[in-house]
Amino acid sequence: MLDSIASLGRAGLAAVASLGRAHLLLIGILGGLPSMLIRPRLLVAQVYNLGVLSLLIILVSGLFVGMVLGLQGHYVLSQFGAAESLGVMVAASLVRELGPVVTALLFAGRAGSALTAEIGLMKATEQLSGLEMMAVDPVKRVLTPRFFGGLISMPLLAALFSAVGVIGGWFVGVGLLGVDDGAFWGQMQSKIDFNEDVLNGVIKSLIFGLVVTWIALFEGYDTSPTSTGVSRATTRTVVHAALAVLGLDFVLTALMFGG
Amino acid sequence: MPSFSSHPKQRSDQMESGSTASRSSGDGSQRAASEALVRVRGLHFRRGEQRIFDGVDLDIPRGLVTAIMGPSGTGKTTLLKLISGQLQADAGEIEVDGQSIGSLSRSELYALRTRMGMLFQSGALLTDLDVFENVAFPLREHAKLPESVLRKLVLIKLEAVGLRGAARLMPSELSGGMARRVALARAVALDPTMIMYDEPFTGQDPISMGTLTSLIRQLNDASGLTSIVVSHDVSETAEIADHLYIIANGQIMASGSPREVAASDSAWVRQFMDGEPDGPVHYHYPAAPLEQDLLHSAVH
Ligand SMILES: Nc1ncnc2c1ncn2[C@@H]1O[C@H](COP(=O)(O)OP(=O)(O)OP(=O)(O)O)[C@@H](O)[C@H]1O
Ligand SMILES: [Mg+2]
Repeated sequence: MLDSIASLGRAGLAAVASLGRAHLLLIGILGGLPSMLIRPRLLVAQVYNLGVLSLLIILVSGLFVGMVLGLQGHYVLSQFGAAESLGVMVAASLVRELGPVVTALLFAGRAGSALTAEIGLMKATEQLSGLEMMAVDPVKRVLTPRFFGGLISMPLLAALFSAVGVIGGWFVGVGLLGVDDGAFWGQMQSKIDFNEDVLNGVIKSLIFGLVVTWIALFEGYDTSPTSTGVSRATTRTVVHAALAVLGLDFVLTALMFGG
Repeated sequence: MPSFSSHPKQRSDQMESGSTASRSSGDGSQRAASEALVRVRGLHFRRGEQRIFDGVDLDIPRGLVTAIMGPSGTGKTTLLKLISGQLQADAGEIEVDGQSIGSLSRSELYALRTRMGMLFQSGALLTDLDVFENVAFPLREHAKLPESVLRKLVLIKLEAVGLRGAARLMPSELSGGMARRVALARAVALDPTMIMYDEPFTGQDPISMGTLTSLIRQLNDASGLTSIVVSHDVSETAEIADHLYIIANGQIMASGSPREVAASDSAWVRQFMDGEPDGPVHYHYPAAPLEQDLLHSAVH
């Protein structure tokens, strides 16, 4: 009994300690911003790595999610004779929710896990210590460009996801199910508000990008330098990032659209 | 190469007189051991329960090759990490070039490190850059050189370790010994004042071993470098070192010129230098007696 309380306490302390380390790391990463701006090539390489290389999975998923929304939305709306509102429904769900959330989940699986494994292996093979010995701060040199690469890529990927999703919904709704083309786009244009819907979606995706990239970098940097350590850290990245995204999504949605 | 083999002998004679007599003697040799580049006093360090250093004092004299030897797992790599400030000592003082490592700020430590080279036991090459870019890395980071000058410098460094032809290979395409030589070229790229070699000879064939020993000697003498060589290779190390420290059980077990150490009659040092499996040095990591462990498992 006492043992279990003690181990609970230990786990709690460890969690708080690692949260503290994660914040210190974030401060270090942000401190690398000036030196990164001097050498934007490092950032560009990471936007390519994290953003461009994630494009395929994001676009394909976006298309399918949009098509499913078209089908399901049409099924529900046509029961109320409101099939013309399909465009609004598809666009609103994508821009407000599914775009940021599904993109962040895919991003955690595709880019986050890769980041953790890369940083963890660099630590395990002493490359990070090697940088330190060459008087190069590994946090600023290696982590900062990756962090901002992730931060820039996520909103762009989410926007592309939503755009492709709307096309998927249009293809199913208008192309296959015979919804009126003009009504589909017209209602979407009049009902989707830039600030209320689009901007809030962009803010969500920025926050998710920050959280996913931060978790991925921290797990990689904090890993124990062994192959088991790296594999565990990679798993933790995907699990923690997914939970953080879904939890935060609820909070953000309540804040943005709840009132 | 043969031109170097006479060199160490001559040096060790100088050192012998310098180290047996007290440090103040100086005795006319230009690079007298009177001034130490690295000064370690009362070093204590532990990892968990394990005591790695228990009151170690040592001096790395300027401009000489100092070897640190000792059984595997005694903390030679740890000592290098402490000297370079990658680890913090629990107690005691480590001074490099008059600066106390423990009290330096991050930027001061980095400034000091631009004058230190370190050859990692594992090489620690950046795996996403090729050989050329790995050697060019510290130059690109710290020296603003025009590309043409940089190219020449890198090729010269690579030529010195015999790998100019491998400039465009990736680290994953190198053998262990080659990777270590590339790491050596990278460690000296910035022309440091001090260089630490962690096991430079492991994984080298006799030919590259010979070239490496003479290269280490040559680098040291030509540019007034101070070198620390960590190694188990008794004969190779004794050949290039001016001064020798043997560490075990958290303490300095012997120090002096290679000749002095080789002539030592301590059973301890004899065992290490001659490679006897048993004696005062324990080959085994500390543990309960084998019988006890085996019987214990039988009970369960
Ligand atoms: N990261 C670590 N965490 C805990 N203990 C460690 C760690 N690294 C090394 N040790 C312990 O410290 C001791 C000294 O290790 P070190 O790497 O300095 O030995 P070494 O003298 O360089 O050995 P070798 O000649 O085999 O390279 C070892 O007994 C090891 O168990
Ligand atoms: Mg070692």
